[in-house]
Amino acid sequence: MASTATQPDGGFKTYRRAPDLFRILCWVASGFTVFVLAWMIYEIAQQSAPAIQKFGPGFLFGEKWQPNREVFGVLPFLLGTIVSSFIAILLALPLGLAVAIFLSEDFLPPPVRQAIRFTVEMLAAIPSVVYGLWGIFVVIPIVQGFGQWAVVSFKGVPVLGTIFGGPAYGNSMLTASLVLALMILPTITAISRAALVAVPSTLREGSYALGATRWETILGVLLPTAAPGIVAATILGLGRAMGETMAVAMLIGNSSRMSGSLLAPGGTLAGLLANQFGEAAGLQIASLMYAALILMLLTLLVNLAGEFVLRYTMRKTAGIR
Amino acid sequence: MTIRSLATFGTLAASVLLGASAMAQQLSGAGASFPAPLYQRWAVEYNKANPSVQVNYQSVGSGAGIKQFTAGTVDFGASDAAMTDEEISKVSKGVVMLPATAGSIVIAYNLPGVKELKLSRDAYVGIFLGKITSWDDEIIKKDNPGVTLPSLPINVAYRSDGSGTTFVFTKHLSTISKEFADELGTDKSVDWPAGVGGKGNEGVTALIKQAPGTVGYVEYGYAANNGLAMASLQNKAGEFVAPNEASGAATLASVELPENLRIWPADPEGKADYPIVTFTWLLLFKDYDDAKADTLKAFVKWSLTDGQKLSAELGYIPLPEAVVTKTLAALDTVK
Repeated sequence: MASTATQPDGGFKTYRRAPDLFRILCWVASGFTVFVLAWMIYEIAQQSAPAIQKFGPGFLFGEKWQPNREVFGVLPFLLGTIVSSFIAILLALPLGLAVAIFLSEDFLPPPVRQAIRFTVEMLAAIPSVVYGLWGIFVVIPIVQGFGQWAVVSFKGVPVLGTIFGGPAYGNSMLTASLVLALMILPTITAISRAALVAVPSTLREGSYALGATRWETILGVLLPTAAPGIVAATILGLGRAMGETMAVAMLIGNSSRMSGSLLAPGGTLAGLLANQFGEAAGLQIASLMYAALILMLLTLLVNLAGEFVLRYTMRKTAGIR
Repeated sequence: MTIRSLATFGTLAASVLLGASAMAQQLSGAGASFPAPLYQRWAVEYNKANPSVQVNYQSVGSGAGIKQFTAGTVDFGASDAAMTDEEISKVSKGVVMLPATAGSIVIAYNLPGVKELKLSRDAYVGIFLGKITSWDDEIIKKDNPGVTLPSLPINVAYRSDGSGTTFVFTKHLSTISKEFADELGTDKSVDWPAGVGGKGNEGVTALIKQAPGTVGYVEYGYAANNGLAMASLQNKAGEFVAPNEASGAATLASVELPENLRIWPADPEGKADYPIVTFTWLLLFKDYDDAKADTLKAFVKWSLTDGQKLSAELGYIPLPEAVVTKTLAALDTVK
């Protein structure tokens, strides 16, 4: 019998009579998760085969979506997804980070901090449809008013004239992006706050001991240390924004035309699927599945990019942590 | 209570419930959302008259209804676009299509202060093609002499989801305008050149109510129940007809149903006819495996006779006598 001192688990295995049930359970659970994902991708790819054969990569650059002519192209929706998510992150990240910093420092007494924390986390519990309804009644009139002012004020101005150009719609890219920003705010705030709170207090105290002001500490020490967590929060927020269906479909105007203006209606991949899948038949179903595949690929790319940024950030801040 | 008495009670309760549900006949159907309010009302009223029959209708859309009907997961289907011959050939048990009710599709608008609007054929085709972009365009003005039209831009509202309503509306527009047929064609969802999309009749109604200057197409029932202003449309005879029960009934009265009961009066010719009217069909199998056939036939027969009295209340057009006679004859072929 081998000496227990030379075995990696200290000889535990030789004493165990029954198979390690817990380990098997963990293997089964993780295997099942991977299997379900692989199965979903397989099913979607199989259903979209006719469309992939017919359109190939040109599907990504096609600008027309005409079910009755069997002409399908998702460029307007792809751009719509990317633009709306990007603007949502642009708005939600600074705001979420600011709230997280505020909640992790002692600017406010603890009960108030708790209350704000719970409120922000409650935002995450609101169903997507309710956000859509709220957006219809509250955000659309505001954006319409702003839009009408902006079209007139920025007429002729080089860049702003295009971004805020054309007839101002209430159901527009801007409305959808604003509501999306609100929807991903709780995710970014909660995770960033946790990352900031997890910074060891020795770093904070050390920084103050060296004579740094509060803001120098926050910006120079705490944020870089918590950077990996903040990057993770951003990736999660971006993932949610890209997949968000109901609220966006209710607010974005569902148009398959591309426009350079934020005040024009647009469309997203998720919205396209939600709207057309029920009544689709034949090649349209295959094309919708192809669009679903592209959405999954896009999310995967974003997650991969996020993973790289995360690793880079962790390497760069390894010295501090 | 002891375990034993609990178990006895449980068994008794279960057997009573099982017995009761075995006595109640369940009919399930799925399909178009357009007639859903009427079908669900019929289910309730029929259940009051025949407590042992429960009809359950799910409004999932014409396409999904046809899919479920073809797969045999429901007892009957419902569709605004009936079924094409290709779809019928996929159903092994055979299909009987029965027009159950009819409705008008109206062009509703939001123009504060404008209570009456007449739209000629050129006007409404131009609006939906995106060619007419302002409310004070000459083409609209010339048919509305006494009305002050504001110089608001026209905001078109269409259906973002695939829908039988869009199918019927585009069918009519394609029939009356070659340009529309070439550019957009007929389908449950088309590539509208201008405007915003809302989901369902409710979505389009909401869009119209939201912003002044919006115009869109919805079912008559939705427009009437939500207080939307409806335009009078020019029909083939050149008359401007307002959408209401009388004009819808006039269109249906002149319709000649073919053998398979599938027809769309895409451009009716009478003077008092409202131009955009559609039937909606119930889809039944030719052969039912069990005794459900008799219960279902009784329900459909009631719907085609007594049930028609409820149509007008909910904004649908009661079927004319000639249509009911032909439909009842077709219903008899269901076994």
